[in-house]
Amino acid sequence: MTAATSNAPSREEQVKALQKREARRRRLPLLPALIFTILITQIPFVMSLYYSFTDWTVTPPSPRTWTGISNYTDAFTNSFFREAAVTSIVMTVSSVLLSVILGTGVALLLDRKFFGQGFVRTLIITPFLVMPVVAGLVWKNQMFSAAFGVINWLLEAVGLEAVEFASKYPRWSIVAVLVWQWTPFMMLIILAGLQGQPASVLEAAKVDGATPRATFFQITLPHLRPYLELGVLLGSIYLIQVFDHIVVMTGGGPGSTNVPYFVNQRSIGGGWRFGSASAFSILVVIATIFIATFGLRVLSGLLEGEEP
Amino acid sequence: MSGSNTGPVVGERKLGGYLLSALAWFVGFLFFFPVFWMVLSGFKTEADANGPPKLFFEPTTEQFAEVTNDTTGLLSAGEAFSNSFWAVAISTVLVMLLAIPAAYALSIKPVDKWRDVLFFFISTKFLPIVAAILPLWIIARELNLLNTRLILIILYTAMNLPLAVWMLRSFFSEVPRELIEAAQIDGTNLRGQITSVILPIVAPGLAATALLCVIFAWNEFFLAVQLNPIEGSTVPIWVTGNVSTRGNFLAKLSAASTLATLPVIIAGWLAQKRMIRGLAMGAIK
Repeated sequence: MTAATSNAPSREEQVKALQKREARRRRLPLLPALIFTILITQIPFVMSLYYSFTDWTVTPPSPRTWTGISNYTDAFTNSFFREAAVTSIVMTVSSVLLSVILGTGVALLLDRKFFGQGFVRTLIITPFLVMPVVAGLVWKNQMFSAAFGVINWLLEAVGLEAVEFASKYPRWSIVAVLVWQWTPFMMLIILAGLQGQPASVLEAAKVDGATPRATFFQITLPHLRPYLELGVLLGSIYLIQVFDHIVVMTGGGPGSTNVPYFVNQRSIGGGWRFGSASAFSILVVIATIFIATFGLRVLSGLLEGEEP
Repeated sequence: MSGSNTGPVVGERKLGGYLLSALAWFVGFLFFFPVFWMVLSGFKTEADANGPPKLFFEPTTEQFAEVTNDTTGLLSAGEAFSNSFWAVAISTVLVMLLAIPAAYALSIKPVDKWRDVLFFFISTKFLPIVAAILPLWIIARELNLLNTRLILIILYTAMNLPLAVWMLRSFFSEVPRELIEAAQIDGTNLRGQITSVILPIVAPGLAATALLCVIFAWNEFFLAVQLNPIEGSTVPIWVTGNVSTRGNFLAKLSAASTLATLPVIIAGWLAQKRMIRGLAMGAIK
């Protein structure tokens, strides 16, 4: 900043040189994090890509021969994989949608002043903090269980028959637990949106005689849009990767094996067919890239116009 | 409802308000109930836990004593907690050491294409971990890192870094530009600017970010079970080890689950407000 030497060339050149040095200096603090991230995330991905074109199995050991796209064509004819893909889609979409809808409802409930507001919010965010394997185990053994489960105890109390939920409806039992854990997260994001609403606009709507319903659909909902999108995006990224709940609740029982669980079974989990497992996981990446391109557009929309 | 202040409407509105508040409380208890039930069952005897749901019983801490002393399994509670503690603590420190300068370079003194860089960090979270797990497993095996704390420390750092950069950037960009400029004009050097102007403002944000990293790392199961199934196992794996195929285990499992989740739940309660601001507001602001 204090480089004002008297016999420097011209002021313009001086400024340019300074700018260049400044740009380099600005980049410096970024580099450690950037290099670390590139190393740890990109190398494994490139390796996966390579394996996906080979027929490598670890046990029994086989030489890694190049098989082109045959793993990918196999994937589309493999009925187990197709089933896992359908499970992944159904589980992700339903749990994201349900938790966004419920989260919006809960956020609206909490966006009012009432006795114990903060306490109730604290109660509601708790499921999000619970370790996923614990959430799965608690629900399976103490809520859903036909013998000792609280839900079945209630069902029997009103004269219905007990159901062993986790084995009778494996997929939807998992979705229920995911919704229980992710509704609080969505609620928090949406609540932040609700509280960011300009009070003057709401006041004006009231003065103009708008009904609460009209106010919600015409003012609040459009205002919430970016928050809802952010919730859907973050929720999809995490929920497409669900694994822990499946392990502890159903062990991949009928209709609950999603692609991550399937890939695991095929490889480290016992299948040891790294070639075809890699192809499956690359397909997950491609699917996620679809979501992500949409997602990145949302994010860039959010950041647009913002000066750092 | 159009702005009228006549008696009955106000009364109706008041009643509606009470109902909504009651509903909010009800929903709160509904969401909390499974956690409450888990903690409660941890204080039951196995006989009480493995039977029709019981709200009143003679509480005992027997299960807590048993799960913390049990060494018959592959993994003792002490080992699991110390593995988790070190993996979580060191990875969080590393994340912050890497993320703070990066966030600074993306907000206060931004590099040219700061948006693209930020997108790159976030986009790594779009890559499902399953796509990387096989190569990671192979690399870890080649480097003799399977079943070590080190592999989890490295991977938890990578896992949380994008999120931390994302959150910290939003906290850093809340620092008023004028304050930094004023300090510059006063001749404060970079170190002075950081310690006396920026850090005091972002300190709560730093704490919230670190806490979120702790939560995600503490709860992580997938990487731990793939890479450290035997030694170096962490708390989530220890919890699942309390599921037994022989005999009753619900009370013991509840006690173990309570011990495993409570630290993170309490931390999350304390930081809830800032956490959400970092996640949501920073993105939208």
